[in-house]
Amino acid sequence: MTNREYLFLHRFENGLILLAQHMPWLQSAAFSIAVPSGCRYDPADRLGTANFTCEMVFRGGEDLDNRQLVETLEGLGCDYYSNTTVYHTFFGGALPAAGLSQALATYAKFIRRPHFPFDQIDDGRQVCLQEIQAIEDDLAGKAMIALRQKHYGQPDGRFAEGDWDHVSLLTRDELCNFYKQYYVPTGTIIGVAGNIDWNQLVETIGGLYGDWHGATPAALAQQPPQHGCFHLPFDSQQTHIAMACPAIPFRDPDYFLLRCAIGVLSDGLSSRLFNEVREKRGLCYTVSASCHSILERGSIVAYCGTTTPSAQESLDVILQEFQKLTAGVSEAELNRLRVQVRSGVIMQQESCRSRAGGLISDYFHLGRLRSLDEINDRIVNLKLDQVNRFLADHPFGPFDLVALGEQPLEIRDAVSTATIG
Amino acid sequence: MQYQQQQLDNGLTLLAECNDQAHFAAYGFFVRTGARDEEPQINGVSHFLEHMVFKGSEHRSADEVNILLDELGSSSNARTSEESTIYHAAVLPEFQTPLIDVLADLMQPALRESDFETEKKVIIEEIMMYQDQPPYGGHERLMAEYFGQHPLGLSVLGTVESVSNLTADQMRGYFQRQYSPQNMALVGAGKIDFDLLVADAERLCGSWNQPLPQRPLSAAQPQFGFSTLHKPSSTLQYVMQLAPGPGIADDNRYAMRLLSAILGDDGGSRLYWELVDSGMVESAGIGSFEYLGAGLVMSYFCCAPELAQENLSRLHDLHVNAEYGVSAKELHLAKQKIISQILLASERTEARMFSVGGQWLNHQVHKTPTEIANCYDNVTLDQVNAVAQAYSLSRAFTLSIGPREDLHPVNGMR
Repeated sequence: MTNREYLFLHRFENGLILLAQHMPWLQSAAFSIAVPSGCRYDPADRLGTANFTCEMVFRGGEDLDNRQLVETLEGLGCDYYSNTTVYHTFFGGALPAAGLSQALATYAKFIRRPHFPFDQIDDGRQVCLQEIQAIEDDLAGKAMIALRQKHYGQPDGRFAEGDWDHVSLLTRDELCNFYKQYYVPTGTIIGVAGNIDWNQLVETIGGLYGDWHGATPAALAQQPPQHGCFHLPFDSQQTHIAMACPAIPFRDPDYFLLRCAIGVLSDGLSSRLFNEVREKRGLCYTVSASCHSILERGSIVAYCGTTTPSAQESLDVILQEFQKLTAGVSEAELNRLRVQVRSGVIMQQESCRSRAGGLISDYFHLGRLRSLDEINDRIVNLKLDQVNRFLADHPFGPFDLVALGEQPLEIRDAVSTATIG
Repeated sequence: MQYQQQQLDNGLTLLAECNDQAHFAAYGFFVRTGARDEEPQINGVSHFLEHMVFKGSEHRSADEVNILLDELGSSSNARTSEESTIYHAAVLPEFQTPLIDVLADLMQPALRESDFETEKKVIIEEIMMYQDQPPYGGHERLMAEYFGQHPLGLSVLGTVESVSNLTADQMRGYFQRQYSPQNMALVGAGKIDFDLLVADAERLCGSWNQPLPQRPLSAAQPQFGFSTLHKPSSTLQYVMQLAPGPGIADDNRYAMRLLSAILGDDGGSRLYWELVDSGMVESAGIGSFEYLGAGLVMSYFCCAPELAQENLSRLHDLHVNAEYGVSAKELHLAKQKIISQILLASERTEARMFSVGGQWLNHQVHKTPTEIANCYDNVTLDQVNAVAQAYSLSRAFTLSIGPREDLHPVNGMR
C-alpha cells in the first residue's frame, strides 16, 4: 500500500469477498458484483441460460418491479450495467459517491430476491434472442467467438448469448433453478472503488449479504478443443482473421515477461504489428494481439481485419512477427513499454470504474490484490535478458485460426504449421 | 482548477484548464476543419490528412514520430468529424515540453508521396471495415439524403472512389488553406505549467502564418423522405431517422438533450420501455447532435426483420406523442442522469480537455462542469415541452437498412 493507494479486502463467513480501493480525490464511486454464474455453467442442452437468467434478475426484486428498479438507479444518477462472461455474471454501476449505499442496497434486492416476473419471461427471451441475432452482423466478433469455441473447447470457449434453439425452449423454472444453484455467496466477489468509507462499506455489505447462503458450484468436465485452421465463408468486404496459441496464464509468476513481449508486439504506435502490417505495408486498419486468461488456461489472441486480396499476406506477416519475437526484444523497446506502463498506471488512478473491475480480476486470477504501484514496479524492474530468455524458451504456437470472409487462409509451411520459433 | 487563455500574435489560441491535483495532463490541437470544409471531389481529405499528419514532418519520419510518442508514454490519437479535426495525447507532467514539441511538429506535416500512397491503402481498408459493420455505411447515406447538397452531407471518411482519386497535391492545398493558426487552438487540461506552454507554443508555432480560411455557414435545407439500403447478408434490420433539432449556438439545445434523454436514452427512456424492455428490438435510441447552423435528432433501432414495420410504427407514435409534452418526473430523472454523467466525466482529465476544446471549436464561452450542469438543471418543464412542440420528430428522413426491401413509411409520417 502506498500513500495514494488504499486497498481493502474482507472475507465474509458465507464466502463472499469484498474488495475496495479508497480514492479520496474522486467524488464518484463505482462497484462491480461478480456472481459465479457464468455461461460455463449452462446445461449443455440449454446454452444461454446464464445470460437469460441475468436478463430476468435485472427485472426487479423485493419491493421493486423493473420500472421502479430503473427509476431508483436513475434517481441516484447511477450508470448501471449487467453482463455475463464465462465464469461470472457482473452487475455494476458508477455514480456520485453519496448514493453508493443506496445503490448497493438496490442491487441486493434483485440479486438476493429477484421476481422472475411471469409476464416478462417472453420479453426477456426476445431480448436474448435478438442479442444472438446481433452477433451474426458483428463479423469481427463472430470470428473471435468461433475461435474461442475451437481454441478453448467446452465449456471455457462458450459465449454467453448461447444457442437460439436452446434459449427458445428455456422455461421460467429452469431459470429459477439456475439462479438457486449459481447465485451464491461462495465465489461472489464485490469490488468497490472511489470515494468510499471502508468500515461503512463492510457494514453495508454485511447487512445486505451476511445472511446469504449457498454452496460452491460443482466443477465441470472440460471438453477437448478443436485445433487447426477454419474458414467461415461470408460475403464480406474484409476477411476477419482471428488466431490464438497457448501461453502461460495471468497467474503464472512469469506472466509479466509474456505481457511485456506482447506489449512490444502490439502496444502503442511503435509496436511491431502496427508498424509491419499497417504502417509499412498498408495491409489493414486494425491489427492487434493480446494476452488472455481463463484461470489456469492462458493464450495469446490476435486479430486482423483486412480486404480479401491482402488477407493471406497479412496473416503471413503477423506470423513472421511472432516468429521474430522469439529472437528477443531490444532495450529501447522495453524502455518504451516501461514508460507506457507507468503512464497507464497513473492514468488509471482517476477511474474508479477501471479500478473496481481491476480488483475483481486480480482477486479472481491471483487470490490477492495488487496495488498499481506493484504492477508498475514489476514492469519497471524487468531485465532485458529475463524477457529474452523467456521468449527463447517459450516459442509461440501452435496457432488455431479462424478466417471469416470470402476465402480460406492457411498457415504456410514457411512460417510453420506447428510450433513457431 | 484554473482556466487560462491566451492568443499568439499569429492567431493561435492557447487554452488550458490547469489542475495542480492532477497526476498527468492531456493536450490537443483542435482544428476547425472537417468534411464540411471539403469540395465533393476531395471528399475524405480531412480524415486522410489526419492519418498523414502522423507520418511526420520535414524533421521527423513516421517511425521517429511513432517511437517518440511511445517514449513519452503518451496515449495519443486523433479524430475527424464534419466540423473538426483533433490531435491529442496524454502524458505525465515531466513530458509537457517534449510532447508539445512533437505535437507542434506534427502540425507541419511533410505529406510525402510515398507515405501518401501507403496510407491511402489503410484508409480504403478503414472504409471497407465500416462497410462490413452495421449499419453498413447507413449513417453516411442518411446524412447525404437529409442534407442534400449542403456540406454537412459529405461523408467524413469519403468514398473508395474519392479517396482513390485524391492526390497529394490536393491534400497539400487543403492543408495550406485550412490549417491556419487562426483556425486552430492548442488545448490542455490537468497538471500543466501554463507559462511554459505559452513559451513553448511561441517558440514552436509562432512562425505559422496562413490566413484564416472562409467557412460559409449556409442554412441547411433538410430533406424528408424514406429510403432503403438493401443488404441481403445482414441478419437484423436497421432503421435510422434524422429530424431537425437546435444548432450549437441555440440555447434550446439543453432542453433538446433532456427531451432526447427522456424519449430515447439507452436505459429508462420511453423508447426503452416501449421497444427494448419488451424485446421488440436489439437496441434503440434517440440522441441530439449539434453543428454550426444546424442541429439533428437521430432516432434508430435494430431488430429482427419481421418486427421492423411494427417497430417503425411504434417509433412514429412515440415521436407524435412527444409533442403532447413530458412529465415533471421524467424531466427530473433525465436531469439526474445527465448531471451525473457530467460529474463522472469531469474527473477524467482527457474528458476535460475535450470539453474545453469542444467549446472553443463551437465559438462558445468556456464553462466549468458545474456551470454546464447548471445549464441543464435550470431547464424548465415548459422549455422542454416548447422544444418538443417546435421540433416535430416525426418529420424526418428515414433510412431502412437490411434484408428487407419492403419497409414503408407509416401513415402520418411527414
